[in-house]
Amino acid sequence: MKLVLPAALRVVLLVLLVAFIVNPGWFEPLFKPLTENNAPAIYNQGSLLSLTLQHLGTVAVATIAAIIVAIGLAILVTRPFGAEFLPLSRSLVNIGQTFPPVAVLALAVPAVGFGEKPTLIALFLYGLLPIFENALTGLTTLPANVVEAARGAGMTNGQKLLRVELPLSLPVILAGIRLSVVISLATATIGSTVAAKTLGEVIIAGLISNNLAFVVQGGLIVAGLAVFIYDGLMALERVAARRMGQAVR
Amino acid sequence: MIEIENITKRYDKQTVVNDVSMVIEPRTIAAIVGTSGSGKTTLLRMINRLVEPTSGTIKLDGVDNHSLPDYELRRSIGYAIQGHGLFPHRTVAQNIATVPLLLGWDKERIDERVDELLRLFQLDPAAFGPRYPHELSGGQQQRVGVARALAAKPNVLLMDEPFGALDPIIRTKAQEDLLAIQKHFGTTIILVTHDMEEAVHLGHKIAVMDGGRLVQYAKPAEILAKPASSFVETLVGSSERPFRLLSLGRVGDAVEKGSAEGEAIPADASQRDALAELLWSGKPALPVRGADGKALGRITVDGLVKLAARPA
Repeated sequence: MKLVLPAALRVVLLVLLVAFIVNPGWFEPLFKPLTENNAPAIYNQGSLLSLTLQHLGTVAVATIAAIIVAIGLAILVTRPFGAEFLPLSRSLVNIGQTFPPVAVLALAVPAVGFGEKPTLIALFLYGLLPIFENALTGLTTLPANVVEAARGAGMTNGQKLLRVELPLSLPVILAGIRLSVVISLATATIGSTVAAKTLGEVIIAGLISNNLAFVVQGGLIVAGLAVFIYDGLMALERVAARRMGQAVR
Repeated sequence: MIEIENITKRYDKQTVVNDVSMVIEPRTIAAIVGTSGSGKTTLLRMINRLVEPTSGTIKLDGVDNHSLPDYELRRSIGYAIQGHGLFPHRTVAQNIATVPLLLGWDKERIDERVDELLRLFQLDPAAFGPRYPHELSGGQQQRVGVARALAAKPNVLLMDEPFGALDPIIRTKAQEDLLAIQKHFGTTIILVTHDMEEAVHLGHKIAVMDGGRLVQYAKPAEILAKPASSFVETLVGSSERPFRLLSLGRVGDAVEKGSAEGEAIPADASQRDALAELLWSGKPALPVRGADGKALGRITVDGLVKLAARPA
């Protein structure tokens, strides 16, 4: 019973979210009270479905790039030959996090022009830190006797990394990716200020025309996506952790 | 055969292992005993090159252990450590298959070997093979750890405090299993322990280390009877000496003619256990029976007391 209710609630919410994205017209009466002067209640300057897919696409590309770079860096600085780079890469990644994405957009536009690219750069930089720090934690807090056993069994350094170290730190790395994805989902909306096709368009259109219904629509979709992606990645982490007999957080 | 020749390991200015030489005969168990910081683990880890020596050589069956890349060397040497070090994300069967997989055995041969080892360690392959290490008890984990170390049929098995994390009852059982398995495979075993009792019980020879030096390397009876230094004597424990000496002998070797009343003692029990049984029963003598149940004679308190005296 304890599990059935939240699961049922999630299914209902997911169905509602998908229905809204695919056919927002059905929900018009709900948003009507939020509009004034007969303004349209449902976003009418483009398809919500294609905006959602582009939003997710942008986040996916930026996150995958951040995963590759952050995990690559974490692996590099936890090897004996790369240990010297640990402080340097820590500062680099921290700088990425310190710069507000808006500032990155402002700086990137003159360099790469309007559109998708400045958003990707901002999301990529902003997403590095959680993944890097978690990968670092995962790779440096492995049980010493297990790593020792891997070496003692005659694994080469590469085999030890791929067969023991990475699989064992997977739950912690996944947690970092989850944080990064959720942050990026929300942050991607501001990409629309520099003409990236994201759900931010809906919110900005609402703000410009003083239409609360648009703002709420854009916000709700982003929030819903964030909740379900968070949930899904959390479930993945649990599977990975349970296989190792670790406590499920 | 393992020949350790003038092995020294220095970290900066600290000498951890100092000019140690010893020869371990094939198909025997050598126990390295010492306090923590005596260099015993470092010495062990230089055999499979988890630690590289500063100077000296180690030869396995006459071949320098530096003639192979280190990972290939390690695949040919079994290695079992305290707290088993099993891979938590792999099943018991996958854990045992680690080295055979690295060596590129085919699947059929690996499965066969895994089943054989599990059965040898009294674990049902169908029930335990697919389990994860955290689903096993401490004793079972330890057995899987040793099974993994033996998977690729190594001639040499290195063990670093393999029984350290076990409770006393399971430890005794694990030690008996190890002796049986050593007989079965004829593996040469080098075992590091801080427990002299364990060393006397398991070792054909005992190496005592102190401050990086090899203080004495001899048969257990000799270590007990003629400790080379006061350090060895302390390690042996003067109040325990006679009982440890008795624990080396079998009842069958101390049988006297005649008969006695009471519960018979098996001939393959240790003399120490027999003495304990005698003292506890309050009788001066008890009958002895062979493995086939036939009466062989009797064992007496007087006879055992003579055997427990310091050898001349």
